[in-house]
Amino acid sequence: MRPEVALPILLPLLSGAVSLLFWRSRPMQRFLAVAGNLALLVASVWLFAATLSEGYITMQMGSWPAPFGITLIADVLSAVMILMTGIIGLAMGIYSLATTGHGHEKFGYYPLMHLLLAGVAGAFLTGDLFNLYVWFEVMLVASFALLILGGERAQMEGAIKYVTLNLLASVIFLSAVGLLYGTVGTLNMADIALRIDMVEHAGMVEVLAVMFMVAFGIKAAAFPLFFWLPASYHTPPVAVSALFAGLLTKVGVYALFRVFTLIFDQSMGYLQDIMLWGAVLTMVTGVLGAAAQYEFRRILSFHIVSQIGYMILGLALYTPLAIAGGVFAIMHNIVVKTNLFLISGITHRLQGTYQLKKMGGLYKERPWLAVAFFISAFSLAGVPPLSGFFAKFVIVRAGIEAEAYVVTGIALAVGLMTLYSMVKIWNEVFWKGLPEENLVPVSAAPSGDDGRLIKPSLWMMYLPVVVLALFSLLIGIFAEPIMLVMNTIGDQLFEPDGYIEAVLGVAANAQEALLNADDPQPEMNTSGGEGTP
Amino acid sequence: MEPLMALAIGVMYATAIFMMLRRSIVKLVIGLLLLSNAANLLIFTTAGMTRGAPPLIPEGMLQPVGEVADPLPQAVVLTAIVIAFGVLAFAVVLIRRAYEVVKADDLDKMKDTDT
Repeated sequence: MRPEVALPILLPLLSGAVSLLFWRSRPMQRFLAVAGNLALLVASVWLFAATLSEGYITMQMGSWPAPFGITLIADVLSAVMILMTGIIGLAMGIYSLATTGHGHEKFGYYPLMHLLLAGVAGAFLTGDLFNLYVWFEVMLVASFALLILGGERAQMEGAIKYVTLNLLASVIFLSAVGLLYGTVGTLNMADIALRIDMVEHAGMVEVLAVMFMVAFGIKAAAFPLFFWLPASYHTPPVAVSALFAGLLTKVGVYALFRVFTLIFDQSMGYLQDIMLWGAVLTMVTGVLGAAAQYEFRRILSFHIVSQIGYMILGLALYTPLAIAGGVFAIMHNIVVKTNLFLISGITHRLQGTYQLKKMGGLYKERPWLAVAFFISAFSLAGVPPLSGFFAKFVIVRAGIEAEAYVVTGIALAVGLMTLYSMVKIWNEVFWKGLPEENLVPVSAAPSGDDGRLIKPSLWMMYLPVVVLALFSLLIGIFAEPIMLVMNTIGDQLFEPDGYIEAVLGVAANAQEALLNADDPQPEMNTSGGEGTP
Repeated sequence: MEPLMALAIGVMYATAIFMMLRRSIVKLVIGLLLLSNAANLLIFTTAGMTRGAPPLIPEGMLQPVGEVADPLPQAVVLTAIVIAFGVLAFAVVLIRRAYEVVKADDLDKMKDTDT
């Protein structure tokens, strides 16, 4: 029994359930939003520390032995992702207190937020492919409901695209899981990894790989499947946007990393080229899309797409260093992107709009906000010594070592284009003066219900922004110890034997020999217990 | 049985995709419904169909005798049905609200957030 693996899933589920019990009590729900997410952060730090010292931590649900029951496993990658979930969860819990209107709180904003975090944590920790699908759905259902809170026209239109594309991706994923089960007769990812080498039809394995690539590609918003993201992410309340921007697409990227290192590893061949150029086109289209926009959150949404390209590039180059760089990019991007969305929420509160043309003068009015934006934006663009620089540096270095010069050159050029977009926001929102026709109402922008709310709520909005900006700075300054952790992740993902051994309890080689000695595995055996979560 | 199922599943996938490509949001949801049902049938079929042999262990033995049906895909399909049911219920409510707000059953009228 290793409770730390299950806690990051159980705690948000628990706080969600308890805040459902307090449906009518607004103060209690608000208290739980902070306390529950604080507990999640503590649990995630515990898990992170434990995995750092031990490498892998597994827990078999219901004590069913490994290939038959559902396995929860945390390797260092999972632990880092859970840690980021905890940090972002707490930041969002505090930020939501100030930005969520009474109406939204009445319709279950906080329980949904907890449920979403539970789904995200479950997806990061599960070692079972069908269970991964279930957690994806938990996460999606919560995100659907959060997306349409408020029910404005733009939200409805965005939600239809978001829901359709994500359900399509889920069905492709589910079909692939079904076909994979028909092919190898197991759903445990470590067990699949062993058996997939023994499948006779190489074509079948390739079809499955492509199905997973498409399904997770839609969820991660990779080219050419990303267009639902910029159509919907700027429509919900800003705290929801930030939560989605930070965590949701990264779950798709995580699934890509997991499946394409563990299950479909050596046999990738031309699939790897598809992934590589998909990543490059994701970077380029995202950043070009952003260049044309003049709405704060839409620019940021397109940059999510662009940054996803960097992460997938790390996976597609497929060396330990490149994978480490990809994970570094995920980690840095979760912090920075969430923070940029949070800042857009503050500027909206101050000036009442997301249109860059109508904003201005904030550098004079709120210099510290400007500094926080400066740190996050330039970190996103990859300016040293901030966190984005090291993420990009590692990926570029891995690209040069792999002699993928064209790809590396494009990655660098995209960095410049990112800088262009960020400078555009800086100029329009902070540097230039406020446009004259907009001079009147400044700080009387919409708030909760009455004017009195403004002061304390701004404090609660600033706190997460400042802390996350500091985080970005610290990731840059302490890049070396972090890079050590990333290298461990790169090695673990590149050599999945340890993972398989941790799940199945036998050395991978021994297990494989055992399987080979066996006749072609009969599918019907004692496979009780699984599949009914 | 398998070829027949394969044919039926293929037709369901094709119909579902066709429906989803229409402009009407109602047809979009019908497409989603067909798609999730097709996926469930796919799992059911690919995992091997065994008739009339429930995976029960006779008294006094440790494992079932002879070839029995694999219970796992059935559990998986059951879970997937429940999930699809919930998600589709949400989708139906969503298109109703969208229809109320946009006042049109037409995806071409819902492009405000695209540009």
